[in-house]
This record gives sequence, structure tokens and C-alpha cells, in this order.
Amino acid sequence: MTEGFAKKSPTQIALVVLAILTVCLPALAQQQAAPATASNSVRAVLAASATAGSGYKSDAAAAQAAFNRAWTVFNSPRCRNCHPSGDAPLQGEDSHVHIQDVKRGADGRGVYGMRCNTCHQVANLPGANMPPGNPKWSLPPAHMKMVIQGETAGEFCRQLKDPAKNGQRTLAQIIEHVSSDDLVGWGWNPGDGRTLPPLDRPEFVAAMKAWVDNGAACPQ
Amino acid sequence: MSAATEMKRREFLKAGAALGGGLLISLYIPEFVPAARAADPAAKPVALNAFVRIGTDESVTVISNHSEMGQGIYTSLPMLLNEELEADWARIRVESAPVDAVYNHTVFGIMMTGGSTTTNSEYDRFRKMGAMARIMLVGAAAQSWSVDPQTCRAEKGFVIHTSTGRRASYGSLAEAASKITPPKDIPLKDPKDFTLVGKPMHRLDTPSKTNGTAQFGLDVYIPGMLTAVVARAPVFGGKVVSFNADKAKAVPGVVNVVQVPSGVAVIAKGFWPAKLGREKLEITWDEGPGTAVSTADMREKFSALSKTPGLVARKVGDPATALAGSAKTITAEYEVPYLAHCMMEPLNTVVDLHEDRCEIWSGTQFQTGDRAAAAKVAGLKPEQVKIHTTLLGGGFGRRANPASDFVTEATEVAKAAKAPVKVVWTREDDIRGGWYRPMWYDHFAAGLDASGNPVAWTHTIVGQSIMTGTMFESFGVKNGIDSTSVEGAADILYGIPNLQVDLHSPKNEVPVQWWRSVGHSHTGFSVEAFLNEVAHAGGKDPYQLRRTLLAGQPRMLAVLDLAAQKANWGSALPAGRARGIATHFSFDSYVAQVAEVSVEKDGTVRVHRVVAAVDCGQTVNPDTVKAQLEGGIIFGLTAALKTEITLDRGRVQQRNFHDYPMLRMFESPAIEVYIVPSTEHPTGVGEPGVPPVAPAVANAIFAATGKRVRRLPIKAEDLRSA
Amino acid sequence: MISFTVNGKPVTVEDPPSTPLLWVIRDSLNLTGTKYGCGMALCGACTVHIDGQAVRSCVAPVSRAEGKKVTTIEGISPDLTHPLQQAWIEIDVPQCGYCQSGQIMSAAVLLAENSAPTDKDIDEAMSGNICRCGTYPRIRRAIHRAAEIKTQRGAK
Repeated sequence: MTEGFAKKSPTQIALVVLAILTVCLPALAQQQAAPATASNSVRAVLAASATAGSGYKSDAAAAQAAFNRAWTVFNSPRCRNCHPSGDAPLQGEDSHVHIQDVKRGADGRGVYGMRCNTCHQVANLPGANMPPGNPKWSLPPAHMKMVIQGETAGEFCRQLKDPAKNGQRTLAQIIEHVSSDDLVGWGWNPGDGRTLPPLDRPEFVAAMKAWVDNGAACPQ
Repeated sequence: MSAATEMKRREFLKAGAALGGGLLISLYIPEFVPAARAADPAAKPVALNAFVRIGTDESVTVISNHSEMGQGIYTSLPMLLNEELEADWARIRVESAPVDAVYNHTVFGIMMTGGSTTTNSEYDRFRKMGAMARIMLVGAAAQSWSVDPQTCRAEKGFVIHTSTGRRASYGSLAEAASKITPPKDIPLKDPKDFTLVGKPMHRLDTPSKTNGTAQFGLDVYIPGMLTAVVARAPVFGGKVVSFNADKAKAVPGVVNVVQVPSGVAVIAKGFWPAKLGREKLEITWDEGPGTAVSTADMREKFSALSKTPGLVARKVGDPATALAGSAKTITAEYEVPYLAHCMMEPLNTVVDLHEDRCEIWSGTQFQTGDRAAAAKVAGLKPEQVKIHTTLLGGGFGRRANPASDFVTEATEVAKAAKAPVKVVWTREDDIRGGWYRPMWYDHFAAGLDASGNPVAWTHTIVGQSIMTGTMFESFGVKNGIDSTSVEGAADILYGIPNLQVDLHSPKNEVPVQWWRSVGHSHTGFSVEAFLNEVAHAGGKDPYQLRRTLLAGQPRMLAVLDLAAQKANWGSALPAGRARGIATHFSFDSYVAQVAEVSVEKDGTVRVHRVVAAVDCGQTVNPDTVKAQLEGGIIFGLTAALKTEITLDRGRVQQRNFHDYPMLRMFESPAIEVYIVPSTEHPTGVGEPGVPPVAPAVANAIFAATGKRVRRLPIKAEDLRSA
Repeated sequence: MISFTVNGKPVTVEDPPSTPLLWVIRDSLNLTGTKYGCGMALCGACTVHIDGQAVRSCVAPVSRAEGKKVTTIEGISPDLTHPLQQAWIEIDVPQCGYCQSGQIMSAAVLLAENSAPTDKDIDEAMSGNICRCGTYPRIRRAIHRAAEIKTQRGAK
């Protein structure tokens, strides 16, 4: 489980386990000033949802609509670039293959002298096109690639829900992950010159929550 | 031969006769040689001429008047010298020469490294200098033994009296030898007796380049030295109107901020504070007319110009009539962008300026020009300026700047700073700093006869002149034709009976310069790619058509056949792969290459294998020849597949390796190089590997996909199939 | 004040913590084998090891080295006996030589983790290092050769 936590970006976002996050969230929130604001909002969303009760409705159309909304974030370069269909991460608004052809490696953190943190630090470096950074900077591991690049919303949704592909995460754990994971939060604090996902994080979390609350049906 | 090439050859021969051919031996003897003074009294190095010192400790120091920028000259020149000196190779050391007329290039008449000419320039001189020293050493031994020098021989650092077996080491003879009058006639070995020249030798500089001890310009630290970075105008030709340095000066470590002609220099106790300080500068610029330059506009203008008649660089037969009477005609337009050199070591220079003297450390290819330029800035005589040439972390032409830009600027900064200073260019400064390979347009028309052979060929070239306005103008520009603009086009070796090459040389504010293979870097591509169009139009195999057209060129034909044979031209390849072939004559060397390529669905070009054959006359160090060809191919592939400098309203759009990307290991093909044996005078190898690779790849892409590549860099979006 | 070891020697530097390790190594510690090429982790010329792992020192703040073991090209062997140095010399890999410190530092991590790297392994390990002179084919050969040298030594 902890190795799942060590993952990287947005898709992965969907993956880490609730129990772990519950423990870690305060620490993570402390670590990163910028996402802390977002996390507060996220917590508000979660709190509201908790008061509303945990019973899932089953409204496939509403769930699909919600997921399609969330998909605009998953499929933004900030999330997609670290969820490639191949084994090299992507870069830039055009999601070109990382120019050093960096490889995923078994643990998602690179190979040999080309580990992610060979170049990526624990925080973004100032300046356009400088390496972005996060303590957990990595791709999903080889056994759980959680591909976004080239997928449709429906395909990705089914991948996300499939315990065999998502590291045995429950829907609640997925929600918790997208809500509070530090590396997911990087998507909204991407450093100089990078565009933000089309929704802000609370909106994204709300969409994911709505998807779950309405029965988590996937788009076709 | 084209007019331009003939001109170059004539100049070459004339200059060679004056400077190299006769070898005025008196020039090289110790008393006239500033470098010859002993620096280390303990070891007592003794100069036997300007190019070699023998130490009493048996060390042998070869003085290199050419810069080592990767081409292996710090090994090749000692090989030439020691071929005749017969010292122990293990004792050979190399030192860079100071600036002095004695070290001038035998053709160019100044001290410089470039044009793939070093071996060509020094092949005779270094052997003669080695022989001179050997004759003096033998003379000293014979004198001390009271024997006829003819009865002695030299071997591995010893003079041996053959009949008695008496031996004396070079170190023990050095002082006495220095008093022997140098011989006037210096006979040289017959090449068949060479023991070093032509044999693969390990480079002398390799060990220092594997443990961090090799010293490049950037590695020079002198006492009290500060580091500066310069904020230069965002547009070429721009000037500082005013600036506010308050915030820059507030950065810890920043010592001073000064204005210099090229911009504003931030001087600090190290690179990092200097760079941080520069980011805080507030400068108002007068950007000047350079803001009018946009490469998008230039493309349209160049394209239009390429369809109009220009100055005639070469005319053979009657191309207009021949075209009109052809069974079939084809036309095509080719283009290549501005390119930056991107040596891995960014430009830098250390200047220690005093009232009566100036010392400069720089990895330069252009010592005589740089010394004069620095002296002018410093208000000193050239003799008061001493240049220490360090190793160069790549050159590719950029460090032979006709305006001595980086040395001039560093001297200006040192003058304003009143302190020893190292000026460092960042990678961004390098890529945005101009002095690019010019952007070029080439318009072709060819006429084919009924059997598909080309009978007419016209080629109109559009691009900025490199040499106009420089000290080389009188040498290289005749009747408005810059020979480097039309090289590789006006002097093509193919036998086409009616041919014309025209030139337009538009001007703008973007400074341009020689870039590895100079004009050949565009003509190699355009001529060889268009020739493939001609072959296709005439229903000919590209290799066979070249064979036909090279019937009168045995050296190129041999190279072409060797490359084709080694690449198994015509044999089957795995599905999706195809071959392309190209030849190019440049720097008096003959090269042919075959590239093996596939194109992925997304248009990505994969170059799997390149086979090259070269005839560069007598090789000195064949392994270096191979290395230069390998490197030239990689360099050419980066230009073919990766890089372009574009400008928008005067601003360069690229700035570092993310948007001006270099070929990397995973993109690097297998390369095989084959050398045609020759005892002809050596010719260039540093540059001739570059021109043929882009057309070989382009021609292979056509064979693989049916898509013509007429513009570099090759773009995946143009080749996408899915 | 930041303390770490460089090639086994303890050092303490006063550079601001955000200063790139590269400039501390070069300008403050005067070890010039580690090169500046791009300042953006794009070329690999500045590669050093921190606790055995390759790091682009041009973008790594010196604070990252606090308490750690930094190895530069000067520290890879005292006498040119590292298998990579031997192979580099045997094959005459360098041309201008400027990028080679970084190449060797990247290759050293590869060789430490993989005693018989394939061409694919070499592509994956070495594509972060740019060589403008185009020595890639020789670097490839030399890494294979270094692996052999290392294996032969290990067998003795």
C-alpha cells in the first residue's frame, strides 16, 4: 500500500488509499503552502458530502456527466503527461515525449542515472521550462500504469474503477486520493509557464464525488 | 571547377608558396621564437625551433599553433612532428602556442583554426620541424663523438652511432643541439616509410578528458578573478538607452554593474550571483531596425527572390536553351533555417588587464584577430596582449568570430570592471546570441533528355553573405559572390553539360557566421536531395545515376562505390526501412554516405545506420578521421532532424536545449566509416562528414514513404501516416 | 552553512541554500571537472552523484547535498582505473571532451546497477547527456567494453 502512495500524478491521484491519506494529509498540507488552500476547500467539499450521507444514488447519466467533467482535468497536460501510454513521460502543452526519453522503470521513478529526481527536485524551480518538482515526482509504476494518454473518458473510467488495475482501491479511496494527494495537488501548482487544468481542484473533486455519489457509472 | 573554387585554389597555392612552400627556416629558430623561453628552470626545456622543446628530463613538448576543439589535432600534429623527430612517443606533451607570426596558418596567414585545414596546413611544416630538430640532435651527438653525422641514426629518443652502438639521449643532447645551426635543406621520409603517420594512435588528451583535469576556458580561475554575465539587447543591433542596477546590486555577491558596448555586465563573486543579478536588471533598450526581422516574412521574400535571376556564380553551356529543349523538366525549392553552433562549452573568456599588458585565457579558434581586437579595446599594442589558448569545449566555427565578439566584449568588461574577470555566456546567451549559420533558399530546375539523364541544371541560392564586411571579404568575396555561399553548388562534380548557379545575398541585422561545413551545410542537402528528384523523374536508381554523372571523377566514384558496397545498396531491408544515398565534395575531401531509415506512423524519423566512405588524402590518425566523420554525421543529423532558429519581430524564439534540441543517444544511429587509402596531400575531415547526411536521410525517407523532404529540419507532422 | 562530503572530504560552504550545487562545486570548491552546459537539466554535463545516485547539479540546490556524499568526476577513481575511464581511453571516446565528465558519471550509475547493459539499457541510461561532437557510438562501445573490464576484474 505504501508503494502506491509513493506514486505520482493525477491518475495515480485516483489511487492512493484512504487510510494512509487520512494519516498523511495534515503533514502534506503543511508541506506545501499553495495546495493547502485547495486542500481546505477540498476538505469542505468532503465534509459537505459526509453530512449528506454515504448512500450512493444510482443515476448513470449524472455519474457519466460528472465523470466527463472530471475527465477534462485527467486529460489535461498536467495530469496526462505523467500517465503516458508508453513508458516515457510526456512534456508540454502538446504532450510530446519527454525529450530525454526518460523511462518509467519498475517503480515509476526512472532507471539508472535517469531517475526522476536526477533532475526533478522537491519543489518547482523558478523559470519557464525549468524542471517541475515534488517530493513524490514519478510516473505510475510498471504494474499499474493507469494510462490517460490516448484513452477515452470511458476507457479511463473503467481502468480507474478496476481493482486489478487501480491497486485494489475503493471508490472512497480514489476520492480521498484525488482530494488530498500532494502530487495530485501539483497539477494546480505546476510552476512557471504551465497551464492549469480546466477545473480548479475543489471543482474537480466535486465532480469526482458526484460521479461516485451517483453510482460511478462510466461514460461509454 | 567553379569560379569560386578556382579562386580558392589559386589563393591557396599562392599563399602556400609564400608561406608554407618555401619554409623560411630562419623564422622557426629559437632566437626568434617567443614560446621557446624556458618556463621551468629545473627541467630546462630547450627549444630547437618554434614547434618543439626537448627537456633535459627527456620530455618532448610540441607547440601547437592550432586549437584543440575535439578534432584531435593535439595528437595529429605531434604525430607529424615525431614522424621525423623520432622521439619516444610516451614522452610527448602538447602546449598551445602564443600568438606570433611564426605560428600563422600556412594558407590564411594568421593564427587560426578553421576550414578543416589544420592538417592540410601543417602536414609539411610539422614534419620539417621534427626533422630539423632531429638533425640538430644528431649533429650535437656526432660533434661530441667526433663522428660524421651520417653514421648516426635517431631512434626513440636516442641518437645512436651505428657502428659503435654509442647512445645519447635527446635530453642530454638538447642544449648542445640548440647551438647547432639549423639545416637549410630538410629532407623528409618517403610516406612508405612512415611509422606513425597513417597508423591509429591513441589521443594524448583522452586521459585528461576522463578525470576532470582537462582545462577548458570556463575552468580558468586566476587570483582575484570575478565572474560576469552580460545582458545583451533582445534584438540584434539594439543599444542600451538607460538602466537601473539597484536591484541587481542588492543581490548578495554582486560586486559591480557596468555598461559595455554590447549591453550591461553584472560582475559578481561567482557565476550564480552574476546570473541572479542580471535577472534583476532594469534596462531600457533602443531595439533599432532589427525588430523588422521575422523569419516567417523572410521565408516569403527568399522564396520569391529564389525565382529571380541573381549574380551568376557559375555558368556552363547554355542552360536556358537546354532546359527549353528538354524532354522533361522538374523544379523544386529547398530551404534550411538559421542554426546556432551550440558548443557544449558556452562561450567564455578570462581577461586580466593592466596598464601596460593584458592576459587573456580563451578557447578561441581565432588568436590573431582576437589579440588585435583586445588590444584595440585595451589601448595596447597587440604584442602587449598575451593569449593563452585553452582547450575548446567544441568550436564548430563559432569561436573563430570575425568580429572577435566574445573576446572583445570580455576585454570591455575587464576594462570597465578594473578587475580580472571571466565573462560567461549562459546557454540562452549562446542560442540567442546570433552569428548563426544563415537561413538559405535554393531554387532548382533540371532538364532531362529522353533517356532520363540530366542535361540542364539551374540553381538559384538566396542567403546572407558570411564574409562580406569581415576581414575575409577581399579573400572570399569576388564580384559580389561570397564563395562560401555557393560552395558545394557552383563546384559540383557531376557532369551536367549545361549548368548555372545564381546567388542573391540579401542583408539584415542577424549576424551570420561559418558553421561546421559552412555553405556546404545547405548545398549538400539541396543539391543531393534535388539530384534524387532528378533520378526519380528520369526513372534511374539514385546510386546508378550518380555513378553515371561521376564518370570523370575517379576519387568520388571510388568513395561512392565503397559506401554503396558496404551498405549493401540494393539488397533487401526489413519492412519499413529504406536507404538513401548522397555524396559531397567539400574541404577538398570526397565523402559518400548511405543512410538506413524508417518512419513511424506519427512521422518520427528513425535513422538506424549510416555508412560513410571518405577520401581525404593521406590520413595522419585514421581513428581520428573516423571519429570526425562519426561526429560530423551526428552533427548533421541534429540539423536534419531537430534544430531551427526562428525570429519574430527581431526576437529569437529558441533559448535552450528544450526548444533547440540536440540528437541524443537513443536517436543515434550505428555508424560505419571507411577510408579510401591515399597518399595525396591530406585534406579536410572536420567538416566533410556533415553535408551528405541530411540528403541521405531525406532520400531514404522518400524511398520509405514517397514523401519528399525539401525543408530542414524534417518535421514529423509532414510525414505522419496515421 | 551547509556541510557534506565531496569525494570523501568533508566540506562546509556558505553559499545560499538555493545556489545550484554545480556552482558551489566549481566556484566555491574549485573542482572544475563538473561542467556547465545548460542550467536546465537538459544536457547532463553537470552530472554528479549524491549518495551514489546521479543528479544534475545545475538544478539541484546545494541544500539537497546537506549531510550527503557527493562524488564528482575527480572522485570516480584516483588513478584513471575506473573501468569506464579505461574503456574511454581504450576507445578514444572524447573529442572536445567537455561533456565527458557527465557522460561518465551517468554511465557509472548504469554500470553499478547493471553489469551487462544492452544497447537498449544504454539508450535508457544515457539519453540525458548531450554530446555535440557526436561521440555517442563510441560511448556505447565504451560502456560495453567497461562492462567487460569490470566483469574480468571481478572474475580475478
